[in-house]
Amino acid sequence: MTETLASLSNNALYSATVVYVLAMLAHVLEWAMARDLPAPAVAASPALVGSGSPVTGAQAARSGYPPTGPVNGTGAAAQALPDGDDPAERSDRFGRIGLSLTVLGVLLHAAGVVMRGLAAERVPWGSMYEFAITGSLAVAVAYLFLVRRYSARWLGLLVTGLLVILLGLAVIVLYRPVGPLVPALHSYWLVIHVSAAAVSGGAFTIGALASVLFLMRSRLERKAAAADASSRRGFLWRLPSAEAIDRVAYRVHAFAFPLWTFAVLAGAIWAQYAWGRYWGWDPKEVWAFITWVVYAAYLHARATVGWRGTAAAYVALFGFATFIFNFVGINLFGSGLHSYSGM
Amino acid sequence: MRPGEFARWTWRQLTSMRTALILLFLLAVAAIPGSLIPQDEVDPAAVFAFKADHPQLSPVLDSVGMFDVYSSVWFSAIYVLLMVSLIGCIVPRARVYARSLRARPPKGPRNLARLPAYATWRSDEPVDVVTARVVGRLRGERRRTHVYLSGEVVDISAEKGYAREAGNLLFHIALLVVLVGVAMTGLYGYKGSAAVVSGRGFSNTLTQYDDFSPGARFDPADLSPFNLQVDDFSVTWKRQGAGAGTPLEFTAQLSVTESPGATPYRYDLRVNSPLTVDGTSVFLVGHGYAPIISVRDGNGDLAFSGPVVFLPQDSSFTSFGVIKVPNAGPTQLGFEGYFFPTAALSEQGQPFSSFPDADNPVLSLIAYSGDLGLDTGAPQSVYVLDKDGLQPYTMDNGKPEALLLRDGKSVDLPGGAGSIRFEGYQRWVKLQVAHSPGTVVPLAGVIAAIVGLMGTLFIRPRRTWVRLRDDHGRTVVEIAALDRVSGGEPGTHVADLMATLQSGSVPADARRQAVSDRGAALVQRDGEEESER
Repeated sequence: MTETLASLSNNALYSATVVYVLAMLAHVLEWAMARDLPAPAVAASPALVGSGSPVTGAQAARSGYPPTGPVNGTGAAAQALPDGDDPAERSDRFGRIGLSLTVLGVLLHAAGVVMRGLAAERVPWGSMYEFAITGSLAVAVAYLFLVRRYSARWLGLLVTGLLVILLGLAVIVLYRPVGPLVPALHSYWLVIHVSAAAVSGGAFTIGALASVLFLMRSRLERKAAAADASSRRGFLWRLPSAEAIDRVAYRVHAFAFPLWTFAVLAGAIWAQYAWGRYWGWDPKEVWAFITWVVYAAYLHARATVGWRGTAAAYVALFGFATFIFNFVGINLFGSGLHSYSGM
Repeated sequence: MRPGEFARWTWRQLTSMRTALILLFLLAVAAIPGSLIPQDEVDPAAVFAFKADHPQLSPVLDSVGMFDVYSSVWFSAIYVLLMVSLIGCIVPRARVYARSLRARPPKGPRNLARLPAYATWRSDEPVDVVTARVVGRLRGERRRTHVYLSGEVVDISAEKGYAREAGNLLFHIALLVVLVGVAMTGLYGYKGSAAVVSGRGFSNTLTQYDDFSPGARFDPADLSPFNLQVDDFSVTWKRQGAGAGTPLEFTAQLSVTESPGATPYRYDLRVNSPLTVDGTSVFLVGHGYAPIISVRDGNGDLAFSGPVVFLPQDSSFTSFGVIKVPNAGPTQLGFEGYFFPTAALSEQGQPFSSFPDADNPVLSLIAYSGDLGLDTGAPQSVYVLDKDGLQPYTMDNGKPEALLLRDGKSVDLPGGAGSIRFEGYQRWVKLQVAHSPGTVVPLAGVIAAIVGLMGTLFIRPRRTWVRLRDDHGRTVVEIAALDRVSGGEPGTHVADLMATLQSGSVPADARRQAVSDRGAALVQRDGEEESER
């Protein structure tokens, strides 16, 4: 039974990787099709709100978009193309295909993780391979949640690209057959601590990707402020405004940070049960602390003049780098008590 | 600049957000070396090995506290400054907050249309009816609402989300509680560990510890006088299939005597299942092999006999250890080398351990004779041989000879210097004993911090202004909203409020109100989708 489930799990995860590759290709086409497309004109109505003209209900409802200076008055750039061969329509179609494939990939991915757990008769969090497949699933689920909640399909290319890398590395490099848990992990705190860390990790990842897009888009907006409207072409102009992207990035981080705090706290309590101390500056603990401090700095940066926007986004990326280093660097090269990587 | 001014300037700088930000970065960077260089507090043996490997670099690192980063002056300086900056930030903010709790929501700016979310229309109802409805609605949403009357114009101001700043203050105060709580716990508590060979005992007295770190206010009389006997230590390994060699379970069977004269009881000590005696906890944090060795000296006398703790070096429990025989005559003897629980030979002919269980135990030792250096007065580790006064027994080619010993076998040293016998092995367990009184304080602090954090991140303070002006029996309504933090959608709120007010042109009984609320929710959801795309 264990063998069957384990191999089913492997097959599901292989398939998920392939489906993610296809989803990524669809999103590549989505971007490519939009290469020569002018910036859409939808940004005009929030500009009205900002400019102080009285508006009606429908327009006021949209004013959640704060005024975005550079986009004002791009209405002229909108071009009505006939249906069918419309590149915008084609780009959108590939985007939808990418999303559908991602949903399929996530279903396979989730099935793979669940069957891995069933095969091992425990939560699938006993080795670095299992952490990687679970963590990447958290990233994928967080993305789908954002698509539902904030129509964040614009993250598709970056998310599927990252999922291909994460899951691909997991199944090719990190793979370990189903094994037992070492005694140190025989605790219900494993479920609490690792699930909180995985979910907040997934959210940090999405936050970092959104920050990357924010940086790209805001650079574009800064450059375009000087140039004329016709130079605004390509997929990046079809994204929400830099400010709207930043808001999504902030919300994701704001969700992840308290959860990360909780994950570290749960780890500390578990450490007391397992090792007799709450906090011992084990390398994993040090880097969890560093990640916490950097994301705390990110939240402060957003409230500090001169640090808002671009600088804060770089702080968020730095925080993500420390998180990844903790997962990869410390597991592979570090010593210490958290050495369950099975590497 | 006069000293007073300078002090004020310094204080302003220190308590500014920018400084806090820089201190946070410094704290993050300062924490890094402690994860790369071994730390005295974490792994003294690793520090020792590092110092041996880097004799040039180590004194430099030591002089700047790199082996003790988290108690070093510079690390402490950063977090103390951060704490001061924090206090300097939250005290004035708490004062402002206390004042704002008593204050009315301020009157709206003259030109509401300049605000990010704004709507206006003309209502067929008179001003007082609209006023009542607006106030009812805003109060119903638990917004603090105040009506300003100035001539013909009715100005209604409402504010919500006061808890955000409360959460913010709670979070930062809770951090201080955590830091102070941790410091207090460390002050009165203690922590220590001891390797205890199976079959032997451990009494909770200072001399029995291998390492012991007391808090500054620790009193040896605080050690609770328990005694543990390690009756047996059992460990099961996964033998077959994937992950072979992983430990499945280890259990130390203890006989616990809580105080002298008390009746002993059995306790199965496991990882994740510590023993608690009188507020002191005992944890199973490690285990290893202790080969039983006997040494006869050149005079033929039994100079040493007993189990010797060897320290595991890898997951297959290749273990390193040292045997010191100061009583040997005519010269002292010392041995150093490896214990292989399941010995195998590599292709290069080097012995290694292929499995962590003791299936084929073999000792490989290099023997030394001379002066062990125990009389110099300098403290010595039991795991390290001081080779300054020792010469290894060499083979014909001049290289030190490794003596290979199988279980139950003995080997003679060259030149009739004596013999060493490998009698068998015992297992040992590493017990960690910790007493940390008052941990409930930092724990409560962290929980309060998380609650406060969620308040500060998820609550969005919002000010709403409604301005009503009579226009020949009808009412000109203006609504505007301003979020005091980014990330919200004040526009949705304005649209929502507008929909409610407009749908109320017929008398608003309770049922109709419910219907319009549902309508408003629809507007809100649509609005959100619009705005997020």
